[in-house]
Amino acid sequence: MWNLLQFELFKTFKKPRTYIAFAAIAAIVFLIQLALLINGKEYVQFILSSVDETLIIPYAKITNGYWICFAILNLLLIHVPILVALVSGDIIAGEANAGTLRLLLTKPISRTKLMLIKFLACVIYTLILLIWMAFLALFVSIILFGTNDLVVAKEFELLQIEKADVLWRYFAAFGFAAIALIVVAALSFFLSSISENSIGPIVATVSIIIVLTILSELRIPLYDKTLKPYLFTTHMLGWKGFFYIASNADGQTIRGSISNLAAVLKSLYILIAYIIIFTGSAIFIFNRKDILT
Amino acid sequence: MKKISVLAIFFLLQMSYVFAQDANALLQRVRDKLNLVNNYEADAVMKTDIYFLKVPQANVKVYFKKPDKLKIRNDKGISFVPKGAVSINLNNIIAGNKFTVINAGNTTIGNIPTTILKLLPEDENSNVILSTIYVDEKNSVIIKAKTTTKDNGTYDLEMNYGKYTEYGLPDKVVFIFNTKDYKMPKGVTFDYDDAEVKKNNDDNNKGGQAKIEIMYSSYKINKGVSDEIFK
Repeated sequence: MWNLLQFELFKTFKKPRTYIAFAAIAAIVFLIQLALLINGKEYVQFILSSVDETLIIPYAKITNGYWICFAILNLLLIHVPILVALVSGDIIAGEANAGTLRLLLTKPISRTKLMLIKFLACVIYTLILLIWMAFLALFVSIILFGTNDLVVAKEFELLQIEKADVLWRYFAAFGFAAIALIVVAALSFFLSSISENSIGPIVATVSIIIVLTILSELRIPLYDKTLKPYLFTTHMLGWKGFFYIASNADGQTIRGSISNLAAVLKSLYILIAYIIIFTGSAIFIFNRKDILT
Repeated sequence: MKKISVLAIFFLLQMSYVFAQDANALLQRVRDKLNLVNNYEADAVMKTDIYFLKVPQANVKVYFKKPDKLKIRNDKGISFVPKGAVSINLNNIIAGNKFTVINAGNTTIGNIPTTILKLLPEDENSNVILSTIYVDEKNSVIIKAKTTTKDNGTYDLEMNYGKYTEYGLPDKVVFIFNTKDYKMPKGVTFDYDDAEVKKNNDDNNKGGQAKIEIMYSSYKINKGVSDEIFK
């Protein structure tokens, strides 16, 4: 099984397409860091313009490495799923398109095992991509901008997390983001299992994510209680829950706290359920499929 | 009858003159005490209570230098300081003589008998419209101040005194001021929609009053403060 996994990873990382995602993330992160290095103050001013007349805002202190990382993740984690789909959408359909899938199935290994190995390869790729993003967004930002308290702007609130209370939240958030991105990998893996060419699953995954993200962000009462709570895109933002710090009755934040851990865990369970449903469905369909190519 | 009326008017004018003299003398006593301090550096704890701002309690340093420089600095983290906070230094409220002082009677604040003085700026272009101060005559310190401005609304100051009463410096200052509403488009924040978000949306229509509490632990008085700190 390990040999097969190595083989799958070798195939994945031999394709130039795989590195598009790494290059795209590096380029985006670098461009955002450069922009915030030069115009960080203006960006914070835009965010905090409604309180700028009342409070003296320490702009230079706010634009620290932790805040830059949060800004990058806020912008990127909506787009990274598209990059994840590049590999997982291709992993079965690409073989079918190239005519190597039938050959692969001649090996003395069950279809279920083969699918699990391919899915594991997708997961490993997704995790490496996320680690790459974490390295660039968090550690490079810390090196470039230093650290200080993190200010998180919500729709109706501004939260401040003490410097010493931030790093563990990033580790937790990246752990959550890994599960969220594996859902996307599982979705495109599922679509890949029912397709004969890789373009279809990649485009379909991207389209589904765009439509569901729009639905998740819309505030329409019809969808708020009927549809939104069940969309995985609603729960993919759960990583932010680790930065929603709780406060006491006087409005003072409580170190090490999360305002609604139960909601974050619920989102986590829903995402895991989606992974099981997509992967299980892919295996179920693949086991009953006539492989003709 | 005419003579009685003239005498009554004369008496009232005399009385108001005497009251004004008393009010000015009292204010001068407060001012003299505050004038003992040319500069200070104080260690303090700042508690912020603004409905849209959730921040930790902060250890800050407060710097003051005559005539009106004041800076609140948090060297270990970030602190949001209200723009009108310069008035937490009482010198900035009663500095100069360009206002009319009116004695508005007496009242008790937390068991401390106080005299109410109203300060009306003589300069029509002054940002301050009216300041009302409550003076503890026994210690010649201001217990409470209410200042109405053209641009920043009204802000209140409440002071508690202890170790540094002889310099007119408080142990605790509560600064109450008005804030504007805060709201960001959801399309920018991409908030995670947990139940807390909805709860907070409902809670957030609280009006715009905010409170900052500064609890001083120690002052270094007249030891010199560099101008660089205020830049």
